[in-house]
Amino acid sequence: MKRPAKETEESARKISRRAALLGGAQLAFAGVLVLRMRSLQLGQSSEYRLLADENRINIRLLPPSRGLILDRNGVTIASNVQNYRIVLVREDAGEPREALERLAQLIPLSEPEIERAEREILRHRPFVPVTIIDQLSWEEVARVAANAPALPGITPEVGQTRFYPYGADFAHAVGYVGPVSERDLAERENPEPLLMIPRFQIGKIGVERELDDNLRGSAGHRRIEVNAVGREMRELDRQEGDPGTNIELTLDRELQAFSLARLGEESASAVVMEIATGNILALASSPSFDPNLFVRGISIDDYAGLRDNDRRPMSNKTVQGAYPPGSTFKMVTALAALEDGLATPEERVFCPGYLEVSGRRFHCWNRGGHGRVNLVSALSESCDVFFYDMAQRVGIDRINAMAARLGLGIRYDLPLSGVSSGLNPSREWKRARRDAEWVVGDTINASIGQGFVLTTPLQLAVMTARLATNREILPRLVHKLGGVEQPIADQPSLGLSAAGLAQVRRGMSEVSNSNRGTAYSSRIVDATMRMAGKTGSSQVFSITAAERAAGVRRQSQLPWNRRDHALFVAFAPEETPRYAISVVVEHGGGGSSVAAPIARDIILAAQNRGLPPLDAYPRSQRNRIESMINTISEQIGPAAVPTTGRSRA
Amino acid sequence: MSYLEYNVKLTPTGLSKVLYINWALVVLLTAVASVGFLQLYSVAGGDFDRWAGPQMQRFAISLGVMFIVAFVPLWFWRSMAGLGYAVSVVLLLGVEFFGSVGMGAQRWLEIGPLRLQPSEMTKITVIMAMAAYYDWLDPQKVSRPLWVGVAVAMIAIPSFLVLKQPDLGTALLIFGGGAIVMFFAGVSLWYFGGVIGAGGGVITAVFASRGTEWQLLRDYQFRRIDAFLDPSIDPLGASYHINQAMIALGSGGWSGRGFMQGTQSRLNFLPEKHTDFIFNTLAEEFGFVGSVFLLSLYIAVLVVCVISALRAKSRFASLLTLGIAGNFFLYFAVNMAMVMGLAPVVGVPLPLVSYGGSAMLMILIGFGLVQSACVHRPRERA
Repeated sequence: MKRPAKETEESARKISRRAALLGGAQLAFAGVLVLRMRSLQLGQSSEYRLLADENRINIRLLPPSRGLILDRNGVTIASNVQNYRIVLVREDAGEPREALERLAQLIPLSEPEIERAEREILRHRPFVPVTIIDQLSWEEVARVAANAPALPGITPEVGQTRFYPYGADFAHAVGYVGPVSERDLAERENPEPLLMIPRFQIGKIGVERELDDNLRGSAGHRRIEVNAVGREMRELDRQEGDPGTNIELTLDRELQAFSLARLGEESASAVVMEIATGNILALASSPSFDPNLFVRGISIDDYAGLRDNDRRPMSNKTVQGAYPPGSTFKMVTALAALEDGLATPEERVFCPGYLEVSGRRFHCWNRGGHGRVNLVSALSESCDVFFYDMAQRVGIDRINAMAARLGLGIRYDLPLSGVSSGLNPSREWKRARRDAEWVVGDTINASIGQGFVLTTPLQLAVMTARLATNREILPRLVHKLGGVEQPIADQPSLGLSAAGLAQVRRGMSEVSNSNRGTAYSSRIVDATMRMAGKTGSSQVFSITAAERAAGVRRQSQLPWNRRDHALFVAFAPEETPRYAISVVVEHGGGGSSVAAPIARDIILAAQNRGLPPLDAYPRSQRNRIESMINTISEQIGPAAVPTTGRSRA
Repeated sequence: MSYLEYNVKLTPTGLSKVLYINWALVVLLTAVASVGFLQLYSVAGGDFDRWAGPQMQRFAISLGVMFIVAFVPLWFWRSMAGLGYAVSVVLLLGVEFFGSVGMGAQRWLEIGPLRLQPSEMTKITVIMAMAAYYDWLDPQKVSRPLWVGVAVAMIAIPSFLVLKQPDLGTALLIFGGGAIVMFFAGVSLWYFGGVIGAGGGVITAVFASRGTEWQLLRDYQFRRIDAFLDPSIDPLGASYHINQAMIALGSGGWSGRGFMQGTQSRLNFLPEKHTDFIFNTLAEEFGFVGSVFLLSLYIAVLVVCVISALRAKSRFASLLTLGIAGNFFLYFAVNMAMVMGLAPVVGVPLPLVSYGGSAMLMILIGFGLVQSACVHRPRERA
């Protein structure tokens, strides 16, 4: 098609004009782009640089290693060991199910474990390492490592976990750790970020729990560069955390082990104190359990076994158990009377086997009666009527005050779980809690440690230490914190009259050293180790008139949980007391037959710093004692090494 | 053109055509593509084979195609314009009915072993058709409503088909390319004013339609617009891309964080870092200096094309060259505005730099047409 040249020229001019117009617009737009770049890249660049860094830098916490717990001689009773675990990375391992089944050929993995691991793996992104199993033995890990080429994406890793080399020996005092639970977090106002680390362990009971803040240490951190989906690309820097503080307890590893072994299968407890310092050397509660089970994750069956056992293995009876002290309380009544001059040491009371008070008959344990008894013989033969008589003279107020002076009814501030204050009853207490007035019968019951009175084995040991020294001894459990020795509490004098106290001590001495004493068969013949003590058998159920008429049954004929608690408190050596002990055997029957022999063995072990010396026992008993000690010493094992087995729910 | 004139002017033939290729344009295009190779190498973390290698191969092939297109006489392309346009529309209809779905949009047509993206090709064929149309049409008549209506229909049909795929970015480019040719052809400015006014009305209608049954855009497109208007609405959702892109761009500063040192792209915070957002990786690693350098290269390409268009002797050659250049401008301007947060994210790649073969081939075919117009310009005998 031909067009006149003029037209073509005009259209070309028009194109040029319009090209200039649009070109100008385009340049203007380019100018806008440049201005925008200038404002973003030059004006706000530092702001964006910061945002870019926030994007790429993540901070990961490094768990600190937990402080160790040592005994008084520096023996480690709670340690940290390597925790071998298997970690799987899905993107390298391929199909998780197949990978886990390959792994199951090398290490025992149950079907539920595989299923749980599979679920866990699928919940995370493919590059996230997921712990599929931990607490593995070295052999198992070695097997996995040796087969690494056949197991892509599966790697053994090592972390730290708590281990208690002496197992059950310190389960109650030291306690155990476990992974942080929802409840643990809820208890804390502002939980440390550290506690959010998966599988981080904190103390659950005992010293582990009460001193967790010291033991835990502070977290380290590492700054890592991550990509958009959170995968770690490299570590930028790393600062290790501060390990937790080591704690040295006053407990003595050997004495603790011996005490627990000596208590055997009984539902019982024993507390040994060093009198001069108040240091608790042994805090044994039986039966015990292996705290390592809890660290690994206890199986449902194991837990049910512990929970349903009527001897309550999980309870720390030394401080949680509150028992009627029975006759071990008689020193309190005696001192209350002597201090205020309401009785003299020489005074004699006639015991016909019972005492009538306002029409009610209170029986002595010896139905035939003790005849005429004074303070010393009343203690050594444990005559009840003598103390009924004293009780009527002194009244509950003085008994309550004396009990408090001797350390009963007080909640000691020790880093243990569930420390009980026991019960030192008073008029006010009865009015407030029972909504009733105190009656004389209550006083009479209290005078022999029955009725409302409740004491813990720890309190009885403190009472005994105070009787031995006339000083206000306080129990002490933490010896050193991070190498710094903790102060020993002041021990002001109790101000009890020396003469009165001497009579009480003489009575206690005769308990185990006079042939009329209730614990004579548990005497110590080595004069340098002799003990002075007091038996107690506290009724769990009151004996009804009908039962009494039918004749009081022998303890061995009663069902276990209706038998008397057997108690014994003692200090030794009697001349220069160094150790105080209390032993309580729940439903043991009699203090003299059950508790006193145990106390003798343990206090001899304490004095001998090892096993009890055979020549401290009466010659006639040595054969029997020797075989018993041999049996026990076999039970006291050396420190365990981290076990190979796993137990998991 | 008189016979005499024909004697003194001459169109190059044979191998001598090589001499008349616009070499400045070739150098500039290669420079732009090289920026792309560099950044593709960088965002792949130093892996040449991942993106940079294939991109270089495609560029080499596309450049070869450009030369072939350049050597074919312009009259051939002019006579092919109508056919090309018709084929494009047929293929777009084919996509509509037989196309495969990829990434939530129907874009690909598979014919035997060939995978075609007809919308890419349509960008060029619409410009060719419009240039041919206005070359054919008497310049006196260009502003008459009937002929404007024909032109608008020619643009609107393919734009609508592409929008339906849905591919908003390409539809915009097709529409824009056609409109630019109309503008150069001399259509009265009143029409453009009217269209801009109507556009405002359409935008209002689009927003009014939101949430109703006759909603005009897909939900994700609405979310992208929301994210554009206020990137802080939902930093991890719809606005995530644009926020991360702005961080990459802004953190570059004056001279950037250094080659292969961009954390945003290296650590994958930047989405689509090798395609739509590649400009941000350049801005992050080479800063303001690098960004302005690339923009300058693009402007230089435009300037070279405009000069060539103004020197052209035929209306078809001028309109075609200006149309292709205008399309190229829209390409990079929309992409840059988008990645700088000045426009909603519509999915337009950065021409010659973003990874992708189809777009690169079509762009270079377009410049092949520009070259053809340049080579086959009648010249004074030397």
